[in-house]
Amino acid sequence: MATHDLPALASQIRRDIVRMVHGAASGHPGGSLGCTELLTLLYFEEMQCVPEPFSMDGLGEDLFFLSNGHISPVWYSVLARKGYFPVAELATFRKIHSRLQGHPATEEGLPGVRVASGSLGQGLSVALGAALAKRLAGDAHTVFSLHGDGELQEGQIWEAAMYAAHNRIDSIISFVDCNGQQIDGPVDDILALGDLAAKWSAFGWHVLTADGHDFEDLRRAIRAGRARRGSGQPTVVLMRTAMGKGVDFMEGSHHWHGIAPDDSQLARALAQLPETLGDY
Amino acid sequence: MFDSRYLLTTEPTDSKDTRSGFGTGLLEAGRNDDRVVALCADLTGSLKMDAFRDAFPDRFFQTGIAEANMMGLAAGLTIGGRIPFTGTFANFSTGRVYDQIRQSIAYSGKNVKIAASHAGVTLGEDGATHQILEDMGMMAMLPGMTVLSPADFNQTHTATVAAAQHVGPVYLRFGRPKVPVFLRPDAPFEIGKAQHLAHGNDVTVVATGHLVWEAVKATRALAERGLRVDLLNIHTIKPLDVAAIVESAGRTGAVVVAEEHQRIGGLGALVAQACAQHAPSRVEFVAVNDRFGQSGTPAQLLDAYGLNAEAIVRAAERVHVATT
Repeated sequence: MATHDLPALASQIRRDIVRMVHGAASGHPGGSLGCTELLTLLYFEEMQCVPEPFSMDGLGEDLFFLSNGHISPVWYSVLARKGYFPVAELATFRKIHSRLQGHPATEEGLPGVRVASGSLGQGLSVALGAALAKRLAGDAHTVFSLHGDGELQEGQIWEAAMYAAHNRIDSIISFVDCNGQQIDGPVDDILALGDLAAKWSAFGWHVLTADGHDFEDLRRAIRAGRARRGSGQPTVVLMRTAMGKGVDFMEGSHHWHGIAPDDSQLARALAQLPETLGDY
Repeated sequence: MFDSRYLLTTEPTDSKDTRSGFGTGLLEAGRNDDRVVALCADLTGSLKMDAFRDAFPDRFFQTGIAEANMMGLAAGLTIGGRIPFTGTFANFSTGRVYDQIRQSIAYSGKNVKIAASHAGVTLGEDGATHQILEDMGMMAMLPGMTVLSPADFNQTHTATVAAAQHVGPVYLRFGRPKVPVFLRPDAPFEIGKAQHLAHGNDVTVVATGHLVWEAVKATRALAERGLRVDLLNIHTIKPLDVAAIVESAGRTGAVVVAEEHQRIGGLGALVAQACAQHAPSRVEFVAVNDRFGQSGTPAQLLDAYGLNAEAIVRAAERVHVATT
């Protein structure tokens, strides 16, 4: 696979995120900034995917499902920068008649999105269904999914986790964005998840951990997950991240889960994020 | 009086459950198209999905008692080009998983077929926890969702095969008890097109599901009393055949709607809406009126909730008198 200047890509994608959320005066910058390395690495190095022409069925490709749909800004930026749709379209985020809905949707036909997400807890089931379809078709490609840690409070996640282990679906690698924050405060204060590694392990999953801001560590985890093919066990990567990563005044606080920066905050944020590929 | 293109007999001797019609229809759909797959949440025997499971073990997915996950799996299977049928009771096919259907299936435009058995009070002894009477309304409200409610074994078989061929999400409602087999297995069937079972100019009767047979009996009884019924079998709640309803209501000005469902949000509400807009008429409702069900035999419950031929006859006479 082509090597890219991943840090430079990530810097531009972070610029896109804060500019999109500022432009819409709404959106979710915190989780988007925290998952920038993962999505950049997946789409630009690790996944076999075909941006154009976009195929809804995705047979013969690796697939990615964003279950925590509120971090749509990072996904939209990565998809556009990868060539799924014009970068200029990022300016329409959350605006009337846009294909870039507040939460990802298929109805407007945005290339790269295969199912709507936003109402939490549903994406793992859908990803597993896509993995079953690949199994039926004899397609050995991998299915990736991403979930928020707060999202794991939804019961459907654990229905899906049981299903994957029981049915030996080892073609899935799921990531949990462990930033420890949710809208109302720290996850530990709202509804603690306990020992997540032990929980996933008890549900029959192979558990890996990774530093969500270290490309090399993420690459190692993805490849370790892929190497588990044939084990009969699904893989989950508990990814330590900081909400708002890359913008000092947003970093590590739930305050920036779902609010937009004003003009001066935008300027402060952009000053920390070099423009590497040209703004949209 | 009755149209022999549709009616096999008005004196049926054979009774079968509509869920068995789903079972045979699913098997045929699976034979017709290897993209068809089936998922079931621990009710394979109840849904009569055994034959499909045994014929196509690789295309059958047992999900356990986890309906939300089942709906998501089905949505995901469409992404690989499959045509999934989910199977569980109507109650667990709708209210329990409404948000999963709404986001992952309907809003996402996924080609999932939601097969919903044991609908209505005729589920019987299990009682109100399992007797959903709101499902057609919930599903009809979802943009792009097709809602099918076939009347007997033969029609449920046909509707299942048609659902597999239709592109887009479908809610397919059927039931538990054995009911008379009265429709021809080869009757013309088109999603969205009402079946004009009987022709008359005095009263329009619009019926769906188990109440269609009751409406046939009512049509005969009313004929003996000199009232000629125009009888429409609405096997497709959505898209509703507004043209057929309006044409009939325009001739009779008197309409009875019969369904095993709540009045609020059901076929009656949709028919009244169509009539109010296009053919102002008197409309009477044979439906459940803002109550939950209860335990009992199917026959006892149909009587207790006024969902039978006698109730249709009384409603037809009321509405006819009011318009003459």
